[in-house]
Amino acid sequence: MLPFSFEWVWDMGHIVFHGGLWYALNIIGLGMTWCIGKAIYDTIKGKGAHDHH
Amino acid sequence: MDAALIPKGVKRCPMWQFLLALGVVGAVLAWGVYAMLLCWIKGLNQTNMNDYYGFALWIWADLAVIAVGGGAFFTGFLRYVIGKNELKNIINYAVLIGFICYSSALLILAIDVGQPLRNWFIFWHANIHSMLTEVAFCLSCYFGVLCIEYIPLILENRQIDKVPFFHNLSHNLHETMALFAATGAFLSFFHQGSLGGVAGVMFGRPFAFREHILVWPYTFFLFTWSAAAYGPCFTLLVTWITEKITRKKLVKDNVIELLAKISGWMILSYIIVKGIDTSYWANITAKSMGLSLHDFYGRNWFYGYWMLFTELVICGVVPAVILITSHGRKTAWLRVTAITLGVVGVCLNRWVMVLQIMATPVMTFDKFVLYYPSWQEVATTILPVAYGIILILISYRYLPIFPQEAELNPIDTNEPVSRETAIDADAGTDSTDTAADMAPA
Amino acid sequence: MKQAQKEHTTKRYGMVIDLDKCTGCGSCMVACMSENNVPFKTDESNKLDSITWMQVYKLTNGKSYPNTEICYLPRPCQHCAGKHEGHSPCVSVCPATATDYSKETGIVSQIYTRCFGCRYCMGACPYHARYFNWWDPVWPEGMEKYLSPDVSPRMRGIVEKCSFCFHRYQLARNKVYLEGRKDLDEDEYQTACTQACPAGAIKFGDLYNPEHEVHRIAQPDMQHGGRPQNPHVFRLLERLGTNTKVYYMSERRWVRKAGDNYLPGEFENPGAVAGSH
Repeated sequence: MLPFSFEWVWDMGHIVFHGGLWYALNIIGLGMTWCIGKAIYDTIKGKGAHDHH
Repeated sequence: MDAALIPKGVKRCPMWQFLLALGVVGAVLAWGVYAMLLCWIKGLNQTNMNDYYGFALWIWADLAVIAVGGGAFFTGFLRYVIGKNELKNIINYAVLIGFICYSSALLILAIDVGQPLRNWFIFWHANIHSMLTEVAFCLSCYFGVLCIEYIPLILENRQIDKVPFFHNLSHNLHETMALFAATGAFLSFFHQGSLGGVAGVMFGRPFAFREHILVWPYTFFLFTWSAAAYGPCFTLLVTWITEKITRKKLVKDNVIELLAKISGWMILSYIIVKGIDTSYWANITAKSMGLSLHDFYGRNWFYGYWMLFTELVICGVVPAVILITSHGRKTAWLRVTAITLGVVGVCLNRWVMVLQIMATPVMTFDKFVLYYPSWQEVATTILPVAYGIILILISYRYLPIFPQEAELNPIDTNEPVSRETAIDADAGTDSTDTAADMAPA
Repeated sequence: MKQAQKEHTTKRYGMVIDLDKCTGCGSCMVACMSENNVPFKTDESNKLDSITWMQVYKLTNGKSYPNTEICYLPRPCQHCAGKHEGHSPCVSVCPATATDYSKETGIVSQIYTRCFGCRYCMGACPYHARYFNWWDPVWPEGMEKYLSPDVSPRMRGIVEKCSFCFHRYQLARNKVYLEGRKDLDEDEYQTACTQACPAGAIKFGDLYNPEHEVHRIAQPDMQHGGRPQNPHVFRLLERLGTNTKVYYMSERRWVRKAGDNYLPGEFENPGAVAGSH
């Protein structure tokens, strides 16, 4: 549910509940984006072709 | 045949054995899939659920697999947040088991609802006051975290690791794993708890209802606690079964004993708190509604006092006492008995907190109704077990799940080539330790 | 003053059922099924999966002949208000907001197109007033023509329950609006079961309205969740705090006692227990 939804209410419950959800989703999303982005960058730089960790 | 895919320095069974095992378990899986399709196509009239048992075998299975899958989040928490470094040697398997448990739970939920195509309503029209909403949100998010934790393990397959992008991705995921593990622990705390809350908020059902701390009933905290306590038991039990089947030592005893010890103390503390909760509920909460313990446990042979005794004493106090004593942990049969009892105990607790709530009448003129599942319910409950075994079979064969396996089972290079081995002669070095250091939570 | 104003603009529809008048004939059940297009099976012998919004229970005093007494207790949805208005056992747990408590009427609704069939509400309801559609409705040939056009039939896989014939309320409101009036008369909105009862055992109306019969009989204390002040009136499972809007009346003590759970001696000593008689 987003704040644009007709059922949305600007109360503590909705803010805390959805705030927690979006916080977790953002960490997961941004974390994965960083990992994939850096992997692409490293690959372009030629890293990881022969070394092992 | 598939030697190039098998991790370095370890031995695996011949291909025919592997395929035979896959075939046998696959047949069970197909049976489950058939039952699942029946439920989806023909509806929930394929089950033996009824208007008294809106929640039944599936919801129990759901709660049980999530509880035993709690080994993943708690081991990750111990490894990354508390810093128990030895656990790096079992955490891959804990993650794999957790992944299987949580994906199974989501599958069961998808079968269990009457209108599966409307599942997205729970997210889009969310009632934030419902514990089930909290379950759905945290469960889905945590499953995402488990996927992220399982991916690096897949990327460590010898052939996949040769691709530079995957190698780099795996490396980056390992580096940020603590962040994901911490997020996973946060989400797990809430969804394990909210599963307990599902029962505890039902003030119309005195057997389930508990008093609250803020918006969370006591069952919220008890479920999280019990999942953290008993989850590692399941990880240890599956590890033990895997060792017996592969006829190999896969994890060193000090790792097993450490996890067993932590689990033992967690179970002991949980059982004390659970005892206090049961006592308060029986003497204060239930009595304020005009009911006594006898109304819940003394009216029906199946849901009798024996169940309460089994849950709290045989499957609670006994495993706790075994696991907190050094002798108990170090004696294999005692330890296995304790972890088995632990797994049974938490599953029994979830059974009581789902089925007995439904069975116990509330209106004075109502009746105690018993239920037995239909074959379709049984098949769809076995389905995730078969799926889990298949995933373990494949993961164990092709991925470096157990970092200590090569060290504990050195390969005799003079052995005849009847068993498929993967010895990377040119690599020379064993990457086990490095992989273990970076094992995901 | 504010409370009084509120009570004039909002309704709390409820029911009083005189159990001493009920003969257990089942007319209310039939009328309800017919009015609300409630589906039925070819074989209705298994009552655990058949749908009866209005269910008549048979109670006995547990004594042997000649002291045996029987009481029939019709049980529609109790339209609970909960400990604080709107916190019904079912409404508070529904994850998709598919069931709602109307602050305008006090009626607990079920939104069929929103329900995805998780059945949590069924588990939360201690009255078994909620029913799941285990099958798609199949009507005998030709019967579709006799279905009520005002009530949508339900599909397989969702939950349904008594709505206090809410469609009748909507029709009555439309009529009142078209006639330029503001309020409904007591007889303009009545449920099908109320009208069908040959013994006149069921009364229906606005519990807030002192002129309505339900108010006069139950004498609900709205400051305390609508607890009845008439000593012969009780509500089912009062002690759970569900604060239902269906009241039952009986001169017989054992019937009133059957309405709730009591520890030994509690019912005989009402001062010790809130809500007992």
